Amino acid sequence: MITLSHFIVLGAVLFCIAVAGLFINRKNVIVLLMAIELMLLAVNMNFVAFSRFLGDVSGQVFVFFILTVAAAESAIGLAILVLLFRNRSTVNVAEIDSMKG
Amino acid sequence: MIDTNLLQLICFYGFAAVTVGAALAVISLKNSVHAVLSLVLAFFSTACIWLLAEAEFLAIALIVVYVGAVMVLFLFVVMMLDIKMEQVREGFIRYLPVGIIVALVMLAEMLALIGVRAMHAHVMGANPATVAGLSNTAWLGEALYSQYLLPFEVAALILTVGVVVAVALTLRHRGDKKHESASEQVRVNPRDRIRVVKMAPSRPDEPTSSEEPLQ
Repeated sequence: MITLSHFIVLGAVLFCIAVAGLFINRKNVIVLLMAIELMLLAVNMNFVAFSRFLGDVSGQVFVFFILTVAAAESAIGLAILVLLFRNRSTVNVAEIDSMKG
Repeated sequence: MIDTNLLQLICFYGFAAVTVGAALAVISLKNSVHAVLSLVLAFFSTACIWLLAEAEFLAIALIVVYVGAVMVLFLFVVMMLDIKMEQVREGFIRYLPVGIIVALVMLAEMLALIGVRAMHAHVMGANPATVAGLSNTAWLGEALYSQYLLPFEVAALILTVGVVVAVALTLRHRGDKKHESASEQVRVNPRDRIRVVKMAPSRPDEPTSSEEPLQ
């Protein structure tokens, strides 16, 4: 019998893997973007599970909106990445420091 | 004869194992193209898990929108950029212990906080869409087009802005290319382009008498 905890634990594991990916891949912006996609997937998993178990439609509607915003976000992120690579010829996070923030 | 609940549980564990394995491959593979393909696998098996939770519309949307569009975009960018692998892998071993420790601590905290044991008593009941006498898509659509109509329109606006921004960022004007400028074409004044010359009317010369008639 599938219970709510199955989904929640899977979501938590996915989220932690994505956080570990952010720590490990300091040199590659593309993998960082992919780790963010994994985080959004983990959150969506929780939304779907709670929507199903509580019988509330709002959770699934929110997953729909998250998918929309994530698609726009990755399109803009990749456009910035292409622009950055064209100007600096690198995807290393440490070298992208021209703003000295 | 195998029990349906047991079969569901076996399917869930199978898809969950594939998802977690693919996610681990995403953050650890050396080749970026392989990482993107593992992410596709992770999305696909997640869609299967959502099918088990009877969220059919979102499962198909995940495959169509993510696997079909966003991941193809990632694949295009990864293949277009010429990334040097040796530089990319430099800090991997150095940050590996930190990453693992942070992830494990975070996982332990999450599992302690959300109360897994209490949620284990929460067994999957009847599908709420079926209870309402609708399919999953109709159930979702009725809420989306009534209660959430304004956020839906805003989402469309966000997508439009995203398209415009992506094109505007990557558009490049090269000096050696010939292209027409629409704004200049609209702004042009007819007087700059043609000159109307006033001329006195004149008739062709009279044929002279010395001209020989044609024979």
